[in-house]
Amino acid sequence: MTFKIRIIPCLDVKDGRVVKGVQFVDLIDAGDPVEAAKAYDAAGADELTFLDITASSDDRRTMFDVVTRTAEACFMPLTVGGGVRTVEDIRALLQSGADKVSINTAAVNDRAFVGRAADKFGDQCIVVAIDAKKVSGEGEADRWEIFTHGGRKPTGIDAVAYAREVVALGAGEILLTSMDRDGTKSGFDLKLTRAIADSVPVPVIASGGVGTLDHFVEGVRDGGATGVLAASVFHFGTFTIGEVKRHMQTAGLPVRMDGIAV
Amino acid sequence: MSVAIVDYGSGNLHSAQKAFERMARERGLNAPVLVTADPDVVRKADRIVLPGVGAFADCKRGLVGVPGMVEAMTEAVRGRGRPFLGICVGMQLMAGRGLEKETSAGLGWVPGDIDLIRPADPALKIPHMGWNTLDVTRDHPVLAGIPTGPKGLHAYFVHSYHLTATAADVVLAEAAYGTRVTAMIARDTMVGTQFHPEKSQTIGLSLIGNFLEWRP
Repeated sequence: MTFKIRIIPCLDVKDGRVVKGVQFVDLIDAGDPVEAAKAYDAAGADELTFLDITASSDDRRTMFDVVTRTAEACFMPLTVGGGVRTVEDIRALLQSGADKVSINTAAVNDRAFVGRAADKFGDQCIVVAIDAKKVSGEGEADRWEIFTHGGRKPTGIDAVAYAREVVALGAGEILLTSMDRDGTKSGFDLKLTRAIADSVPVPVIASGGVGTLDHFVEGVRDGGATGVLAASVFHFGTFTIGEVKRHMQTAGLPVRMDGIAV
Repeated sequence: MSVAIVDYGSGNLHSAQKAFERMARERGLNAPVLVTADPDVVRKADRIVLPGVGAFADCKRGLVGVPGMVEAMTEAVRGRGRPFLGICVGMQLMAGRGLEKETSAGLGWVPGDIDLIRPADPALKIPHMGWNTLDVTRDHPVLAGIPTGPKGLHAYFVHSYHLTATAADVVLAEAAYGTRVTAMIARDTMVGTQFHPEKSQTIGLSLIGNFLEWRP
């Protein structure tokens, strides 16, 4: 394999502060997303994802400021998602310093938006975030559906068919979150990840459920993901980026070790 | 010495500006970094940077849409040999043609087409997204002191298209991704990087510093 698996910490940001909590050693202000980003940059993270969970448009300006200040301090790739609804939202985020934007609900509501965004900014910059939940019962063939509103609202849309559709429209990457596993620390939904990864030609990032170092390996080896995203295990210092990468390397997966003590 | 980053409605201008400012400071250079859509500023600049994020044709339309900009860039870079750095689509625009979504003409500063990456291994995902090492074909001042090759540092790529069908002496570095992906080009006083130096941590900042100090 000539590519390197990406290890991606995700920061949920509300009103300009990291929520879910971040506990780093030597961090002056663990709630400041820019300070957290700097710590991950220094630790050897391959990308950073900011998820803006703010509702009002006033607070959205705060998010642009967070992205701007992060891009001034961290010379690494930055994906920003949450509330992205228009081509103008995307332009503003890119101008602030984001490299990719992640579209979730707006793509579910209006599939054509993905195409408009990709035509304007290129496929490589458009990530479609898919929140999926298993809906098939015991003994039935596996089936997952798209859920919106943080996993509360079912849409009846088949997750695999939806992934194919948004990629055909121009999504350059899928950020796949298992709503069943999110926050459980029981590992990625590997069947879901594999089903999506095998259905689309673009990179799939596995998200939701990491609790052990082996879970990272499984997401790639068994799930077919080329990137793995996690929040709390990094924020609370359960694992460092370096520990995850060394573990993956030991398991025979290609990772970038620049700046990480071997 | 002044650095002009061309603003044509595309690209992560802010990130690029901050990376150049940081490296000018670190290398002790008095080099104001201007993000500008003014052709006169570009014409007078000592270094010109063309960033780019997006689809080739859309970026080209944006660049042509700034009155006098292509002429100013051509005069400064091709006419007077001002050092030039094209980044990602900014590098791609140096080519003859882009084939992304529609066929459109580039600046024609280097021969070749911007065509889809076609890895021999169908399991490899497109876009080529993530970190890769550089296989360098020859020495160049902008690469001074940078560890390259399979054991070298990684650069950050995010693209589906790359330069093909060009002259062999144009290619400065390649990345292996199931095929040879054009990672850097160089000719005369021009350099282009398919990866994003402003997003490539150590390797990218070193390259930017070297570009600022380059005296071709």
